[in-house]
Amino acid sequence: MNTEIQHDPLVLYGEAFESRFLLGTALYSSPDIMRDAIERSRCDIVTLGLRRQNPANRDGDTFWRHIEASGCRLLPNTAGCKSVKEAVTLAEMSREMFDTPWVKLEVIGDDYNLQPDPFGLVEAAAGLIKKGFKVLPYCTDDLILGQRLLDVGCEVLMPWGSPIGTGQGLLNRYNLRTLRERLPTVPLIVDAGLGAPSQAAEAMEMGFDGILLNTAVAKASEPPLMAEAFADAIDAGRKAYKAGLMQTRQTASPSTPTLGQPFWHTTS
Amino acid sequence: MTERAMIDVSLNNERTQVAPKRLLSDALNDWGYGGQKVAIAINGEFVPRSRYAEQELTQGDKIDIVKPIGGG
Repeated sequence: MNTEIQHDPLVLYGEAFESRFLLGTALYSSPDIMRDAIERSRCDIVTLGLRRQNPANRDGDTFWRHIEASGCRLLPNTAGCKSVKEAVTLAEMSREMFDTPWVKLEVIGDDYNLQPDPFGLVEAAAGLIKKGFKVLPYCTDDLILGQRLLDVGCEVLMPWGSPIGTGQGLLNRYNLRTLRERLPTVPLIVDAGLGAPSQAAEAMEMGFDGILLNTAVAKASEPPLMAEAFADAIDAGRKAYKAGLMQTRQTASPSTPTLGQPFWHTTS
Repeated sequence: MTERAMIDVSLNNERTQVAPKRLLSDALNDWGYGGQKVAIAINGEFVPRSRYAEQELTQGDKIDIVKPIGGG
C-alpha cells in the first residue's frame, strides 16, 4: 500500500495550493532578505498591506518588484483597521491595487493584544462577501465566532495561535482542538503568534490546514533559513497528521518484544 | 477679476491647498503621484481609478493615498 502523500494541496475558495505555508512580507531588514525568505519558505501565498507613503519615497519599488517576481498569490490585509467601515474601504482599495478579490480581513478590537473584534469582523465579512470578496478572516479561536463567519459566507477561518508578534505559540489548545473537531471540513489556518517551527508542527499535527506567520521568520537572525525551517516543520506536521498519531497512555509499554527476552530464568 | 481662492484639503493627514474643483487626476500629478501604483479614498470612501479624471476636490476633503507595503 502506498501511504506516501502524493498530492495533498491546500484548497481555499476552490483553488489548490501546493504549500500550506502563508508568509508575511513585513519587518525584514531588507527587500532582498524578504525575497530570499519567500523563496526558501516554498510558499504559494504572501500577505501584504497598504499604507500612506510620500510620493518621493520609492523604497517600496524594490519590495514590489520582488513580490511580483515571486509569482505568489497576493493576500492583502486590512491590518490596523478598527472599524467595519475602515476595513471595507481598505479592502476595496486593495482589490483594485492588487487586482484580487482575496483579502485577509482584520478588524482589531484592542490595541494591547491586537485581538480581533468579533462583532465587527462578522459584519465586515458579510459586507465584503456581498461585494464579491473572498474573505480570509483573522479571528480568535472562538467556535461560535467561527460558525458566524461561516454563516455569512467565509470558506476559510484563520484563528490566532496567540497575539500577533508574541511568538507564544498555541495558547488555547482546547479552543483550537474544538474548532478542528467541530468544523472538520473547513480549511483552518493558524494565523499569528507562532514563534518556533515546533509550534507550527504541533498545529499541523492537530489537523490544522495551514500556517500563516511573519514575525518569527522576519525577526530571525537568518530569515531565509528560518523560513525553510518552518516550511519543513509544516510539512512534517502535515505528514504526521495524515499518518495518524498514536494515542498517548499513562503507563509504559515496551517497544522491544518481551518474548524471548534473555537472562530471564525460572528458578523453581 | 480676482484670483479664485484656494481650498484646503487634507492629504494623508497633512493640510494642503488646491484650486477649487481641481480634478483628482490633476492633483495626483501636482503632488508627485503621477504614474505611481496607488489606491485612493476620499472622506473614507474608496475612489476607483476610473473616477480620478472626474472626481472634483472640494473644501475639507480628506484624501488618503496608499501604496503597497510589507504586511503580515
